[in-house]
This record gives sequence, structure tokens and C-alpha cells, in this order.
Amino acid sequence: MMRRITGWFNQHPRATLRALLAGPLGWISIVYLGSLFILLMHAFWSKDSFTGKVEPFNWTLDAFAQILSNPVYFTIAARTIGIAALVTITAAAIALPVAYYMARIASPRKRALLLVAVTMPLWASYLVKIYAWRTILQTNGLLGWAISPFGLEGPGLTEIANSWLVLTYLWLPYMILPVYAGLERIPNSLLEASADLGGRGWITFRRVIFPQLIPALAAGSIFTFSLSIGDYIVPDLVSDAKFIGNVIYDNSALGSFPVAAAFSFVPILVMIGYLLVARRLGAFESL
Amino acid sequence: MKRLKGVTLLAVLALLVAACGGSTSESAAPSGDEKPAGWLEALGAGEGQLNLIIWPGYAERGEYEGFNWVDPFEAETGCKVNVTAMTDSNNGVQLLQSGQYDGGSFSGDASVRLMTAGDVAPVNVDLLSNYAAVFSGLKNQAHNSMDGMPYGVPHGRGPNLLMWNTDVVTTAPTSWDAVWDGNADVNGKISIYDSSIYIADAAIHLMSKRPELGITNPYQLNEEQFTAAIDLLEKQRDLGVIYWGSYADQVAGFASGDLVIGTTWQFMANVLGGDATAPKVETVMPEEGSTGWSDTWMMATKAANPNCMYLWMNHMMSAEANGQATVFFGEAATSEAACDYAETIAPGHCELTHASDEAYWESIWYWATPREDCDDADPATTCKTQDDWVEAWTTLRGN
Repeated sequence: MMRRITGWFNQHPRATLRALLAGPLGWISIVYLGSLFILLMHAFWSKDSFTGKVEPFNWTLDAFAQILSNPVYFTIAARTIGIAALVTITAAAIALPVAYYMARIASPRKRALLLVAVTMPLWASYLVKIYAWRTILQTNGLLGWAISPFGLEGPGLTEIANSWLVLTYLWLPYMILPVYAGLERIPNSLLEASADLGGRGWITFRRVIFPQLIPALAAGSIFTFSLSIGDYIVPDLVSDAKFIGNVIYDNSALGSFPVAAAFSFVPILVMIGYLLVARRLGAFESL
Repeated sequence: MKRLKGVTLLAVLALLVAACGGSTSESAAPSGDEKPAGWLEALGAGEGQLNLIIWPGYAERGEYEGFNWVDPFEAETGCKVNVTAMTDSNNGVQLLQSGQYDGGSFSGDASVRLMTAGDVAPVNVDLLSNYAAVFSGLKNQAHNSMDGMPYGVPHGRGPNLLMWNTDVVTTAPTSWDAVWDGNADVNGKISIYDSSIYIADAAIHLMSKRPELGITNPYQLNEEQFTAAIDLLEKQRDLGVIYWGSYADQVAGFASGDLVIGTTWQFMANVLGGDATAPKVETVMPEEGSTGWSDTWMMATKAANPNCMYLWMNHMMSAEANGQATVFFGEAATSEAACDYAETIAPGHCELTHASDEAYWESIWYWATPREDCDDADPATTCKTQDDWVEAWTTLRGN
């Protein structure tokens, strides 16, 4: 019996491949996409306004109407996308010089040390890092203590700028690493050619290095942007300004599941658009 | 072709879900003399575990010395207790409806919704030996019974209080004015409960400050009253209010000095009082009255461990467990015997919390659910619904 089965698979190599892939693909499509699909379907279901119970298959667009009629949802979406963009730009601005130093200037020993330094924070738990930032940022925290001699006070835990700062800190390694890899890939000969043709530092960077780094920057930005747009713990713990994720969480935890589901279309659509642009820029080749 | 396959798969999934959904809704046919869903005729052996939704502090196992009523229960019944803390009543309703819990401790704004939806089961109190001793003022109330049937057993009750840091607020406040009007000492450091139910606190303030609005029940507000309450909350937000979602946030804020005054439960004052490094705090029930809660242990209709849930409900009415739990949280005990036990760990507890003083509870508006019909008999009145409250809160907090 066993031999027959193996014999059959031997004669049908494509069937072998399919049988092998059935497990992981089935898992992805049923467990992962299936649950996502059910979640999104809630957006089109009504719910009892008193008991909060969702009424499945009772189709309505009320949740979308609520989101479109109340400008607060637009404000929150704009705020989230704005901060995510700002985090991405800031991370890129910091990553470029750091990665350039690591890839082109530092000695091998220093380079290894810097690589460890950049990746080290990834070893610590995400929550621990956020709580560390809380102790830094709170009014009587480390930052407040450091600037108190100048008559200044710590920022406290309500400022929206805190979210920008902490998200940038959290996702910076995901920007540095692809940019560093991208820089390493640029052959020295190109830079020498640029210098031979009279290109000074800035011109070489702008016309030779930067264009070749765009795929790497786009790849890094996928991480910084998507991780920021989906985050709801940072804005909750270090600031008071709600993100898309907070509204989704609040509504799902508080019994307005259809509204939560409807609002989750926003980050999904934004990310699909973003990934399409990033693919154009060649991000998927430098991941 | 690949795309098409994905679409087909989704369609199959949709059909599958549709099939499942359809069959469950049809099978629930009503019948005359059948016992209500979830009814327990006789107590059996414990199932070995119990999954509860609780208010923080309602199931302690010795983290704070002298307060442990979960370990003795487990030792006695063999039911291992797993707990999930809710952040507010809306959250509790959502958790119970997820179907993964045997029951929980619910306040009035959750309990009535759960009873109406059929998510919790009526309780056969004949099976609970400790029920007889419970204060009669806590039995068969609107928040814990329906159609004359008890839907749970009381845990304890108390008001939402005003708490302040005595180093910063040196004259003890007697009203809620400081959290609504602010002042130079407290602006930016006011601590407010992050839940739509807090709109009722604004309504209570309006009841004393703007009687012309005619608010008779802070949970049932018409358009004009509701708008006035939201206006007040927006003004309050602009004073630099910090909202607390979990009790731990508030405790951390008071401990670090980022918060100096705000609305709280006695529980947080107790935790801060036990922390020698935290600033000293005091609490008061302001003269305008306050919102409050009267909590009920309820069993989910689809509880997987109903016997353990009954055992737990009975345990939580026992003198030892109820005495400890109500002292720990700083709320009123539910029976004379529990009161006597509470006095042995915290002398004066029962008088302080007005355990059997029904007149005191008249000034407290137990959390209740906003209803379109205003919860009254007058068909001409309409009020803002629970959904309106949640959305208004989202708007307030999102801008």
C-alpha cells in the first residue's frame, strides 16, 4: 500500500508539490485569511444597540455611515497616518548617516560593535521598552530631572510628540538594517568613478548613492510605516492622542464590533496602497 | 487564475459561516414549561476549573498580605480559578459575549444588558446556602433580577469617590467642582475614568449646577441634557485631564505625582495607602452625590463549568470571602455575617462603607445602561442610547 502511494507520487511530481504545500497554504488561507475575513465581515453586520450583541447576517452599512458622518474618525486616521509618515522620515534621516558610517567608514571591529548596538534593543521586550520610556518622559521622570536645572519640566505622558519619539526609537533598527545592507551593495568603483568625474561628497551622495538606496529605504519604510500605523500600545501608554488602533481596540473591547471592523478597513487600504508604491520602488528586492 | 482561487476560497468560507450561523439561530425554539437556559436543578461535582471576568481586586490570592479568598476556594472545591480583569462594563459585556467565560462580577450597566440578551442565566438560589443571609436590600433588585427571578448574587457595592493628593490639594474638597472647573494647582493633573459611563458624572454635576435642564436620572438623558453634558466634558478635557483606563495607570500616576486629583474607587486609595513611597491620598464622597455600582456575580448561560460557578457564587457570599473582598476593595459587605468578619480585619469597615444603611445608598446612582425609552413609562420621551454614549466618548477622546 505504502509503496503504491509513493510510486504514485513519484509519477506525479506536481501532486507531490501540492501535497507538501497544502499544509502551510491551508493554514494561511483558513486560519489567517479566514479569521481576517470573518473580522471584516462584522463591518457589514448590525448590532443591538442596548445589549451590544452583534446580529450576524443582518446586513447593514450603519457602521460605515457612522464612521463617515463623524469627523473624529477622519481626524484620528489623519493623525495616525501623519505620525507614521513622520516616524518613517525621522527614522530614515537617522538611519542614513548611521548606516553610511557603519558600511563605509567604520573599521570591521567598530562595524560589528555598531551592528550589535543597533540590534541589541530588539532583544528586549517591546513593552519593557515602552515602560522605560514612560519613566523617562513622565513629569518627574529622567528627562524632567535632567532639564530641571534649566527651569523646564518633563513632557508628561499626554503629548502626541511622545508617540513620535517612542515609535521612532522602536522601529529605527528596522530602517537601519536594510539601508546598511543597501549601502554595502554599492560597489566602491561607482563612488570612485563619481569622484573621477569631479563629483564631490554631496553630489555623489545625491546622484549616485541615494538613487541606489531608494529600494532599501522603501523596504525599511514598510516596517516603520506599517508598524507605526498599526500600533496602539505606544499611543496609549506614552500619550493621550488616539490612533486608529486605539479606536479599533476601544470599539471592539466596548461592544461596537461592527464599527471596529469597519474602521479596520482604513489601515488595510492604506497599507495596500503603500505596498503597491513600495513595490514600484523596488522594495521587495531589497528585503 | 490565482486571484480567482482566492475569491472562491473566500466565497466557500462565507457559505460555511452562513451555514453555521443559520443553524444555531433556528434551533432555539421557545417552549412552554421548559426550564430557562442555563438553569441548574441540582448541584453536581465541580468541573475542575472556572473562568471568570472580574473587576480588578475581586479575586485575590495573597499578593497583598491577609487577602486571599481564591486559594481556599480552590483547595475546598478543586475548581482552579482563571481570571480576566475588565476595564469597564462595556468591556465586560464584550468579554462575556465572547463565550469563553463561566461568569463574572458585573455592575448594573452590564448586568441588565446581559440579562436582556440572555447571555447570563437565572440562578437557582436554593442551591446556595449563603444566599439567605444576604441583606434583603440587595435581593431582587432591577440590576440583578428579571421577571422576579434572581440572575446572580451580590458581591458588594460602593460609590465612585473623589481622591486627592494631600500635599498638593491642602484643603479637603467636599464637592466635584475641582475636577470640573480646575485650578492652578491641579490643571493638567486631573484623573478621569476613561469610559462612556463617565458621562453620567457630568450629568450629576449638571443636576446640581443647572437644575433648569431637568435631569432626573443621570443615565437617561435627552438630546439637550446630553449635549450639555458633552459640552461640560469637553471643557473638562481642555483643562488637561488625564484619563485612566486601568486602575494601575491611575495608581502609577498618583504615585509619580503626575496626577493629584480625580475620580476613583476606594481600592486605588487603599493600594496607594499601602505604598510607603507614594504621596498621601484621601478620598471623599462629594456632597452632590456620585455614581456608584452594586456588583453581581452572574453565570453565563453557556457556562462550561456551571457547578464551579455555583460553588464560587456561594463562596463569595460567605462571611470570610465577602468580608475580605469588600475590605480589600473598600466597598460595602453584603451580609451581617460578612460585616462581622470584616470588622475583625478592618475595625469600623461596615459603618464607614454604610453596609446596611439603605438611606445612604439613595444618594448614589448605580451604574445603569442608557436606553432609548429613558427607562420610564412615558412613551413621549426618548433618550440617548448606549451606542450614542460610546460614540460621544470616542469623539471626546479622539479629538
